[in-house]
Amino acid sequence: MSEFDQLYREVILDHYKNPRGHGVMEDPDAEAEGQNPLCGDEVSIYVAFGEDGDTIDEVMFSGRGCAISQAATSMLTEMIKGRKASEVAEMPKEELLEEIGIPLTPVRLKCAILGLTTLKVALHKGRGTPLPAGLAELDELELK
Amino acid sequence: MAVAAQTKLDARKLRADFPIFEQLSHGKPLAFLDSAASSQKPRQVLEAMDHFYETSYANVHRGVYELAERATEALELAREKTRAFVNAPDVREIIFLRNATEAINLVAYAWGLNNLGPGDVVLVTELEHHSNYVPWQFIAGKTGADFRMLPLDDLGELRLDLLDETVAGGTLKVVAAGLVSNSLGTVNPVEKLAQWGHERGAIVVCDAAQGAPHRKLDVQALGADFVAVSGHKLCGPSGIGFLWGRADLLESMDPFLTGGHMIHKVGFDGTSWGELPHKFEAGTAPMAEAVGLGAAIDYVSAAGLDAIEQHEHELAAYALDQLAELPWVTTYGPPPERRAGIVSFNVEDIHPHDVAQVLDLEGVAIRAGHHCCQPLMQKLGVVATNRASFYLYTVEDEIDQLVNGLHRVKQVFA
Repeated sequence: MSEFDQLYREVILDHYKNPRGHGVMEDPDAEAEGQNPLCGDEVSIYVAFGEDGDTIDEVMFSGRGCAISQAATSMLTEMIKGRKASEVAEMPKEELLEEIGIPLTPVRLKCAILGLTTLKVALHKGRGTPLPAGLAELDELELK
Repeated sequence: MAVAAQTKLDARKLRADFPIFEQLSHGKPLAFLDSAASSQKPRQVLEAMDHFYETSYANVHRGVYELAERATEALELAREKTRAFVNAPDVREIIFLRNATEAINLVAYAWGLNNLGPGDVVLVTELEHHSNYVPWQFIAGKTGADFRMLPLDDLGELRLDLLDETVAGGTLKVVAAGLVSNSLGTVNPVEKLAQWGHERGAIVVCDAAQGAPHRKLDVQALGADFVAVSGHKLCGPSGIGFLWGRADLLESMDPFLTGGHMIHKVGFDGTSWGELPHKFEAGTAPMAEAVGLGAAIDYVSAAGLDAIEQHEHELAAYALDQLAELPWVTTYGPPPERRAGIVSFNVEDIHPHDVAQVLDLEGVAIRAGHHCCQPLMQKLGVVATNRASFYLYTVEDEIDQLVNGLHRVKQVFA
């Protein structure tokens, strides 16, 4: 496989061009906004929980930025639908990176995990649990 | 006596002096279009530094043995070359520092802390690199001075017509402006700003990091009080730059960093400072780096600063022409006749990081981001741009490689 194909796998480009779960959700149970001020990537994530208040029934995102940040967030929405929020809030970033499946430099790694970090903030906020200290490793991201 | 016609620069010949171009990048010739961030180094500079380490290395100034004397001579020779390079009146006015950022911080701290207060105005421009923006913002904040910005017009040129209005209601104390914008390539009328600033009693600080490597710089003609330059953008090594400042101002200022070498006499009750330039050069100097800077100055001077300026001007015009053929590319900044060898652009709907990443795979190195100019990016209404920048070793083939790469970018993300 060429370097090019490794970096911009067909699946990445597909998610970038046809993002899944793209849009703004009315009255979400949880939401958060993340920004990487260094490159200007932005995502907002919206989550609706099931009756148990834990199952992720619906997840949507809006945003703009580079292909990696937007495709990774799109892939993330597919990965987490139907799963328990309590479990997803602790998801190691490696799980997402494996799904993305391309070699990432430190700069692009920040792009790739912007969506996941923002999602974790949304889930903790929505469920009223404290933000884990680990999120601070992404100190260059602005989260609200 | 007839004046010899300006020799045109032979970029292809100069390029052979730069070992970095002997490699392929992702299997393709390296198109290095990021010289505004840092320039590549010619063999002559690398050899001068090696030679210094191999034959003349010892700590300068204090030793009484032969090696120390030789090292001191080498350092002071580099200082004299630097003085001549910017046509400073006095070699004591050349302060060796790490880079232009440190040089501007020196002025902001050592002059600003003692001379600024409430009611005073520090004026920067919307074009400034963070290096000539953040130190002033910080010191203005510490002293209670007012930090203001001179706006740009839509072409990215300074609104000189708004100068008086911008500083109204305060006492102008500092005018800080870059010679050439690292983002847009705008060449600023620093002479005019200096004259205007001096009429109002302000000091004028010029960030020439992006100017000095690319066009003739005469600090006496420029009229600023302080001029900051980085060596690494000038074919020199990283870790060395310099501040030129007017001797009377430098003499009146407190030191910036204190410690070894910068003293006259140290006692229990206090310390007196050394003479210029030593007063501002605390600690062991970047000696080999200074030697490298001297060699770099020799190198670019031999190529000819006017020839370099003309060469980059032609490349910028060529690049702007080629990019104008691509309707999905937007370029920023002034027309080619008023810009240096820097072209910032965006590709419709494609983030600069994606553009730069695909270009990298095509062997093309450009910069993508805010170029340490976040206030300017806000003004342009973008989060980032792509930037191609040129130097004396840049050839048109590299711009063609960029344009071909952009077609590939478009094809991938369309």
